[in-house]
Amino acid sequence: MSTPIIELKGVSKRFSKPLDLAGKLARKLGAPVKDETVHAVDGVDLIVRKGEVVGLVGESGCGKSTLGRMVAGIMPASNGDILWHGKRLDSLQGAEARQAKLQTQMIFQDPYASLNPRMKVADIVGEAPLVHGLTKRSEWDGYVDNQMRRAGLDPSFKRRYPHQFSGGQRQRIGIARALAVQPEFIVCDEAVAALDVSIQAQILNLFMDLRRELDLTYLFISHDLGVVEHLSDRVVIMYLGRVVEEAPAEEVFARANHPYTQALLSEVPRIEARKKSFAGIKGEIPSPLNPPSGCHFHPRCPHAFDRCKVEKPALKEIAPGHKSRCHLNDRAA
Amino acid sequence: MAASPGAVSPVSATASSPTLEVRNLQTHFFTRAGVVKAVDGVSFTVGRGKVMGLVGESGSGKTVTGFSILGLVDEPGRIVGGEILFHGQNLARLKEEEMRQLRGNRIAMIFQDPMMTLNPVLRVDTQMIETVLAHTKVSKEEARQRARDTLGMVGIPSPDERLKSYPHQFSGGMRQRVAIAIALLHRPELIVADEPTTALDVTIQAQILAEVQKLCAQTGTAMIWITHDLTVVAGLADELAVMYAGRVVEHGPVNGTLDKPLHPYTMGLIGSVPSRNKRGEPLRQIPGMTPSLLNLPVGCAFRTRCPKAQDKCQQDPPLGELLPGRRARCFFPYNMPAEAAA
Ligand SMILES: Nc1ncnc2c1ncn2[C@@H]1O[C@H](COP(=O)(O)OP(=O)(O)OP(=O)(O)O)[C@@H](O)[C@H]1O
Ligand SMILES: Nc1ncnc2c1ncn2[C@@H]1O[C@H](COP(=O)(O)OP(=O)(O)O)[C@@H](O)[C@H]1O
Ligand code: SF4
Ligand code: SF4
Ligand SMILES: [Mg+2]
Ligand SMILES: [Mg+2]
Repeated sequence: MSTPIIELKGVSKRFSKPLDLAGKLARKLGAPVKDETVHAVDGVDLIVRKGEVVGLVGESGCGKSTLGRMVAGIMPASNGDILWHGKRLDSLQGAEARQAKLQTQMIFQDPYASLNPRMKVADIVGEAPLVHGLTKRSEWDGYVDNQMRRAGLDPSFKRRYPHQFSGGQRQRIGIARALAVQPEFIVCDEAVAALDVSIQAQILNLFMDLRRELDLTYLFISHDLGVVEHLSDRVVIMYLGRVVEEAPAEEVFARANHPYTQALLSEVPRIEARKKSFAGIKGEIPSPLNPPSGCHFHPRCPHAFDRCKVEKPALKEIAPGHKSRCHLNDRAA
Repeated sequence: MAASPGAVSPVSATASSPTLEVRNLQTHFFTRAGVVKAVDGVSFTVGRGKVMGLVGESGSGKTVTGFSILGLVDEPGRIVGGEILFHGQNLARLKEEEMRQLRGNRIAMIFQDPMMTLNPVLRVDTQMIETVLAHTKVSKEEARQRARDTLGMVGIPSPDERLKSYPHQFSGGMRQRVAIAIALLHRPELIVADEPTTALDVTIQAQILAEVQKLCAQTGTAMIWITHDLTVVAGLADELAVMYAGRVVEHGPVNGTLDKPLHPYTMGLIGSVPSRNKRGEPLRQIPGMTPSLLNLPVGCAFRTRCPKAQDKCQQDPPLGELLPGRRARCFFPYNMPAEAAA
């Protein structure tokens, strides 16, 4: 097996929400009010190996983007270790720290918000490689043209500003910018979610072409299971900050083990499913400020039993490469 | 006109007139850069209790079609042609006051952003009761009861408590449900829903689709479900209208249209859905982008992206009934039986 590019060991991220006015007042008056803490990511272990595409899925607010940002090194973890090529990311110094930063790039959902509206495309794409000495001033123009062409953009547009492009083209600018610093690893956070299906297909094909051409590794965050199924080698499913299942893509879609994954998969709208009767997982996604005890999924789980309310299930290997976090697996054994 | 119980009744084409019939609708925007023909000759019908999916890429004119039906098109836009027949009455001709009487009462709209419906500074009960009282003469207590019942209908647990909340105290999914509940308050005969679940998680989307489905079946409400996501309408709609550059390019029952599309654009849309492709292989894609409405190709607007385009496509193809109940705007359609294509 190839070496891990990134390895997460027990990584957590907590955000504390400052108290609102009423809360502060109550505390001043002596009420036992504590700052509210969101456990956005809660003890995640994850390995991404060279050349892999790992899909990360889960409902809104379950911590996907937070995990992605920590993996990309743009947000520190509250707890746990993040290893980059076996070395702790937070212990890297100087050239090595810079290297780690360049080698991992992130592409976001909203291409517009992530592009500086006052910069020309050529500068958006070409600034970082120039600063980091990946190209010389004299070769800069040709370098930028190449990056744009590779992302499917006509280099003759390089003097234009982001607002002069369509949504799909803006996403291509984001891709050209990420590729321009010659990364080995790309974290895509809902990178095609805002695009029309036909444009989405073009961008997904581009990702796959680039993977082959440049030997790229991806962490692909998406709430769209159809997209994840299509391009991932391995899929990781999160629920309220925790990984609940992890397996090779075919395995997850053929033999989902965790009740949450099963429910999620049964809800995926498919073009083959005509006039189906929709059902829906019962209940809302619980507030991450106050997650349910034991197994976070128990209030919505059709199989929940007594133990689920009190004891947090462990993420256990149930088949080679297939892990699940559910007490039912102990019963079956 | 129901057949007597037990009788095997041949389906009669005149069984009931449709709730809505849109004929050759044209809505144009008179901008400084030129006339944007956002909707340029759109026709379709929606029957009682039926769901029609209106699909197409962004900018194809779906929202403007919906707004036109509700009489919500603002300057510099104007309905410049066609008819919008609601139970035979032409909405395009109504005065603003008459339209206001229908809107939110017999015809309702659900927007992609629920905050288009909800007032952030009012409690949910205040908003719902006001909406009831705007069109019905009932007591405040009766209005509150109706609000509570309707929230229950869209699957909001403990509606009494929820009624006392403000919109920001709800999650996105709950907020959309409240907006849907408000649309349902008067048991409208027609609902136009514009991408109402696009921003929601699949689990919440499925819950809302389940409620909508139940509703149309139970109350006979006709529904236009606008979306760019074919997979959603596949499971929900009875009929499909596919829009491209301001026009309907294909219209027919969901099954036929998705199984054997006629128009190359419909074919392309279906092909680019990831689950229709083999894992790991390149997705089939429609080349190029939607053209600017200010600068459409002459003839068939899809010509520049169409794999079947020929010289003849420089003329404008009519929307013809190419197969029984199946209309398409194309000279060289796919999936035609051999004898019909000859
Ligand atoms: N900067 C922050 N401050 C406080 N809370 C935060 C912050 N960033 C994220 N959170 C909280 O952490 C949790 C996880 O958020 P995250 O953005 O990672 O979710 P996500 O899975 O990416 O959701 P989505 O699918 O909606 O993008 C949420 O409850 C969110 O409100
Ligand atoms: N107020 C407006 N002024 C000018 N053009 C408009 C206006 N509203 C919509 N349009 C144009 O009408 C076309 C159709 O828009 P819309 O119905 O919103 O598309 P869809 O809902 O299918 O994404 C687009 O080209 C859009 O730019
Ligand atoms: S641990 Fe219990 S509640 Fe959690 S998923 Fe398994 S059966 Fe359901
Ligand atoms: S009319 Fe011609 S260009 Fe237009 S969709 Fe049909 S084949 Fe393609
Ligand atoms: Mg996110
Ligand atoms: Mg729209």
